[in-house]
Amino acid sequence: MEKFIKHTGTGVPLRRSNVDTDQIIPAVYLKRVTRSGFEDGLFAAWRNDPEFVLNKDAFKKGTVLIAGADFGTGSSREHAVWALQNYGFRVVISSRFADIFRGNSLKGGLLTIILDQDEVELMWAAVEADPSTSITVDLETRTVAYGSKSLPFEIDDYTRWRLMEGLDDIGLTLKQTDSIDSFEKNRPDYKPTTLPIRS
Amino acid sequence: MGKTLAEKIWAEHVVRAAQGEPDLIYIDLHLIHEVTSPQAFDGLRLAGRTVRRPDLTIATEDHNVPTLNIDKPIADPVSKLQVDTLRANCAEFGLRIHSLGDKDQGVVHVVGPQLGVTQPGMTIVCGDSHTSTHGAFGALAFGIGTSEVEHVLATQTLPLQRPKTMAINVEGSLKPGVTSKDIILAIIAKIGTGGGQGYVIEYRGSAIRALSMESRMTVCNMSIEAGARAGLIAPDKTTFDYIKGKPHAPEDFDAAVGYWSTLFTDSDAKFDVEVNLNADELEPFVTWGTNPGQGLPLNSVVPNPADIADTEQRTAAERALVYMGLEAGMPLKKIAIDTVFLGSCTNGRIEDLRAAAEVLKGKKIASTLRMLVVPGSARVRLEAEAEGLDKVFLDAGAEWRNAGCSMCLGMNPDQLAVGERSASTSNRNFEGRQGKGGRTHLVSPLVAAATALRGTLSSPADL
Repeated sequence: MEKFIKHTGTGVPLRRSNVDTDQIIPAVYLKRVTRSGFEDGLFAAWRNDPEFVLNKDAFKKGTVLIAGADFGTGSSREHAVWALQNYGFRVVISSRFADIFRGNSLKGGLLTIILDQDEVELMWAAVEADPSTSITVDLETRTVAYGSKSLPFEIDDYTRWRLMEGLDDIGLTLKQTDSIDSFEKNRPDYKPTTLPIRS
Repeated sequence: MGKTLAEKIWAEHVVRAAQGEPDLIYIDLHLIHEVTSPQAFDGLRLAGRTVRRPDLTIATEDHNVPTLNIDKPIADPVSKLQVDTLRANCAEFGLRIHSLGDKDQGVVHVVGPQLGVTQPGMTIVCGDSHTSTHGAFGALAFGIGTSEVEHVLATQTLPLQRPKTMAINVEGSLKPGVTSKDIILAIIAKIGTGGGQGYVIEYRGSAIRALSMESRMTVCNMSIEAGARAGLIAPDKTTFDYIKGKPHAPEDFDAAVGYWSTLFTDSDAKFDVEVNLNADELEPFVTWGTNPGQGLPLNSVVPNPADIADTEQRTAAERALVYMGLEAGMPLKKIAIDTVFLGSCTNGRIEDLRAAAEVLKGKKIASTLRMLVVPGSARVRLEAEAEGLDKVFLDAGAEWRNAGCSMCLGMNPDQLAVGERSASTSNRNFEGRQGKGGRTHLVSPLVAAATALRGTLSSPADL
């Protein structure tokens, strides 16, 4: 995974709440067996609308998505994270994220940042007034900065460390193989298995 | 202080706990399907890793399989590639798979319980958010992303932050014609689509205890629509009786029941949040908008966004009415439906089909609509056919299909056209969920059947 330490880019204001993962990427775009190429499905239904924010020249190059509350609700499809990343987003800001989407994003290096809705509204206003507004997200100092503002955000130490080091979760867990082995030794016999097949 | 049920299951599965790190949790059962697994298997191959516990893993084909002509190759080449990829991955890593045509093929959350591999006290995951369904057995079950699928395949564990706990107490008794689907839709309308974020929900109270196992699955299934990754119900005699006789039921059943009987929330345990709902007051519930929290009793009218105080919710309601093509003030029962969909992991089990068939028996569906009946699994289909339910549906003018996720998410050819309106027993009414431009009203199987007969949103009481 690519390390995430600090990112500077411009913002894309997405003034909608409850943006579910079916909006981020509809199911018909989930049929690829690779991790790339999902950008064509990103917000597919909305991109037909010329007024949709990503269709406006001023916002096409944005890398920080600023969304309404409850972003990423619904399906567990990690394709939603890949679609955002494949398109070029590095950060999503919202006042509330759905649990599974947030988990997926932080596994995959898409930084999801929670700010108060009031601050989200102010950011919307700022980037709409000047789409070239530079936004800097600094994981080291846990701050989002734009204009004269510097806003702190919360992220647990472990996830922050893993993102800054670009570490693979599986590699970290495999260092605990001894613990898993001993847990399995004490696992009760009455737990079911799928093999051998019984029918 | 005592522990909640979720806390007990969590504690029993901690492989490793360290200050400042997520707990490493052991996973008892991993369900996989074709859509969220191919990249995970690729990841294993790239890193030269293997599947740690093939005997705790099971695969089925469900999300994009066709429900017609299943004896022929899948017509959509991209869907076919995805299904073929799952088959090849299962062969390569030695995993059990139930493919199209097999009697245990079907929606992954219908298959686990019917095989008896879903049992109380387990941790269960799947790359699908409706994994919460298995919580009905008193298991801690939740949806995961593809990176986590790979993690479980490689290590049989997941690093997880301990969730908070929420109790939803549903006391009283349901009126005739009101179902567990109405309970969960009412809960989501009450706490909102984000109400359960960060929590595991435990559904409690006399109305929950009175539900059958399959009705409990409907409630837990839609926990994710309330924002909660997992929802569960303490196991009891209803649970034990359901598991008994299933293919993978414990051989020493009494010993298992002994353990399962310890799985309840202690009387002195404390939940982080409690929510109360009176079952006596519930009515058949339907959604009018584009998120599952936008629901009302069937006897209501389409809400007027101007009456909604909260700006965010008002804007969402305005947008939803435009998308849904509805006018404020219109009675919900006047809404004309084009397609009725009976199926999905929410309401595609045998009891759901029986309930709908009971309403349809000897009657014809309205000439203005089509009705698709899609059993949750091939086994459910066979069971329904043995009872003659297929005849009831066909005689009424409905279509009788093969098992799969089908129109719940429209990955296969079963989709709504632009502007087409459905009454659907599935779980999500998102924009475009059932097909680009399609409009979805979430309903119970009873409302689905009555709606099919009348042509407009209806309950059996309207017949």
